[in-house]
Amino acid sequence: MPVLTYLWIIPLLPLLGAAANGIFGGRWAKNTVTALALSSTTLAFLAALEAVREFISLSPDQIPWSKSYFTWISAGGFQADFALQVDQLTVIMLLVVTGVGWLIHIYSTGYMNDDPGYRRFFSYLNLFMFFMLVLILAANYLLMFVGWEGVGLCSYLLIGFFFLKQSATNAGNKAFWVNRIGDFGFLLGLLLIFRTFGSLDFATVLPRAAAMPADASGQIGTLTAIALLLFVGAAGKSAQLPLYVWLPDAMEGPTPVSALIHAATMVTAGVYMVVRSHAIFLNAPVAMQVVAVIGCVTALFAATIGLVQTDIKKVLAYSTVSQLGYMFLACGVGAFGAGIFHLMTHAFFKGLLFLAAGSVIHAMGGEQDMRMMGGLRKKIPVTFWTMFMATLAIAGAPGFSGFFSKDEILNEAQRVSPVLWGLGVLTAGLTSFYMFRMLFLTFFGAGRYDEHQVHVHESPKNMTIPLIVLAILSVCGGWMAAPQLVGGVNRFEHFLAPALATGAEPVVAAAESTGGGGEIVQALLGAPVIAGLLGFLLAWWFYIKSPETPKKLADSLSAPYKLLSGKYFVDELYMAVIVRPLVWISDKVLWHAVDERVIDGAVNGVALVSSETGDRLRRASTGNIRSYATWIVLGVLVFTSLLLWMVD
Amino acid sequence: MVPTSYFLVLSAVLFGLGVIAFIFKRNILTIFMSIELMLNAVNLAFVSFSRLLGQLQGQVFVFFVIVVAAAEAAVGLAIIILIHRNRGTLNVEKVDSLKD
Repeated sequence: MPVLTYLWIIPLLPLLGAAANGIFGGRWAKNTVTALALSSTTLAFLAALEAVREFISLSPDQIPWSKSYFTWISAGGFQADFALQVDQLTVIMLLVVTGVGWLIHIYSTGYMNDDPGYRRFFSYLNLFMFFMLVLILAANYLLMFVGWEGVGLCSYLLIGFFFLKQSATNAGNKAFWVNRIGDFGFLLGLLLIFRTFGSLDFATVLPRAAAMPADASGQIGTLTAIALLLFVGAAGKSAQLPLYVWLPDAMEGPTPVSALIHAATMVTAGVYMVVRSHAIFLNAPVAMQVVAVIGCVTALFAATIGLVQTDIKKVLAYSTVSQLGYMFLACGVGAFGAGIFHLMTHAFFKGLLFLAAGSVIHAMGGEQDMRMMGGLRKKIPVTFWTMFMATLAIAGAPGFSGFFSKDEILNEAQRVSPVLWGLGVLTAGLTSFYMFRMLFLTFFGAGRYDEHQVHVHESPKNMTIPLIVLAILSVCGGWMAAPQLVGGVNRFEHFLAPALATGAEPVVAAAESTGGGGEIVQALLGAPVIAGLLGFLLAWWFYIKSPETPKKLADSLSAPYKLLSGKYFVDELYMAVIVRPLVWISDKVLWHAVDERVIDGAVNGVALVSSETGDRLRRASTGNIRSYATWIVLGVLVFTSLLLWMVD
Repeated sequence: MVPTSYFLVLSAVLFGLGVIAFIFKRNILTIFMSIELMLNAVNLAFVSFSRLLGQLQGQVFVFFVIVVAAAEAAVGLAIIILIHRNRGTLNVEKVDSLKD
């Protein structure tokens, strides 16, 4: 068990790559930088594969496989180790993070080839891999929090990668601040966990949480409070209402970053954390309802905004928010396995969509506005075909990976609430519409760009090969969990079940009972497909058949259109309600009143008093012996009379 | 026998006179003499306590003080003469070149 024994090797490899490139890379040739960055992630991926191979041969009672390397913090009764663990959930995350991360590293060598910040980019990207691996391998909440904050830092650094651009800097700051709110909730959740269970180790907390009586429905007990606080953290990291606002702006970063951090891995950390804490959530019905409703509403809300975006990356950003909503919907209805399944397929197809969008942007010489594209299908065929596969996958075309994961979520949702199911199906239709809209605007019709200015060209091999690999995964990634509907065995759920079991736990039973739902379930399963088909047809009608229709529709429905293209004016609302008052208070009260008057006043006041006192006292030092003698005599007299007076 | 308090009162009066002279006189020589006066006032107090308590330490101290005072007088007077030679005055308020 070489890798499982020395688990730390997996996160260490990218860290070494980041440190080497970050500290010494400036003196090295570009090829060396590339070799270091790529080899560190490749080795991490290979180590992860080896770890999974070893993991499979473990006996069930050795799982979760946990290794403590040293005591990190020991204070009073509290102890946190640097401990890593592997269970089925970790295995899936590990493969997704290292695998997709590796592909995106390869892609980046092509995409970032001409960028002057090449070395800095790969240093950050490797650092991100390190923190993400710490996050998913951690065996306690505190170490997880280290990874959690670390990926947030890397996200901030990479969003603001083009730091000379004001909008990029602002977007980075926005991401950082919005995440602070979420992280505050997470931290409070950790404190409450420690207070309740006296530990932060998963192995201690989760079984105890599972053994505790569930909070009564409609009541907020300790477990519900913990779950809700953790969910605040998850909502910040995974861009859910009302903290989703940073993710669309995060598209200011380089496109591979959008693919890796803001689609495939980091933003799913919130889902991972909720699934990891499922023992707490299952005993907190109110929190589950909140998660489900927030997830469902976010999915719909973001999808509607995505309908009218014109920036190719913004469409994908809102799509990501929407798909993350699906994952939380799955968690909220208790289908944690389905949530993780969607997380995985989403990592494939959304990573691919972003990379393909990057390839389009690359081909267009930096243009991101879809209104300036069109007719690219013949010119960049590899990009087109791979993006087409990904679009089919996200739209839920039968047989593609998104179909299985989305249908599983909706199927589970339908068993809990028809309303959530209905909204989910509606979102599926919208998803299909905006994705095909993007595809049609970009690749079909006539070119709307200046042929003399833009020389459209296919991307180099190191960019197209990751696209092809991810396209294959997007198509086939769902087959291992083909539900009973098509006569398959849900291997994915089966594999994950032990990690999601919490003793007397209904999840396994639920997963197995899905098949017995009868015709109604089968009919319902068709609904998202029909919705997706309608979305496709509508997009086809709007953007291929009669391209004037969208314009007319936008004119005739100008109020809703403005609402959507203004993104429901949430940014403006936050600006008016939160940012401006905060700036005002900071400026007028905290800065000019408290800081300048009170704090500076106190400091300057002390200085003024002592300097004035000194100035007065200075006059007493005349240099005249006789006046000193006078003072001495007076002093003696005063003390003597005091003594006499006290003796009496 | 004369009570000790008489000696002590005399000592205090002499000391007080010395202090007053030290503070108010400007002539270095007078100031110097007032220091001697204070020393001798203290000597007187030592001796009277010595007599009162029947111990000799006080008188031993007085000898020391006398010796120190003699040395001081030798050095001090030499300085005063030099000041007078260099400056042509013995007014302390005029001898303030270190202050400037």
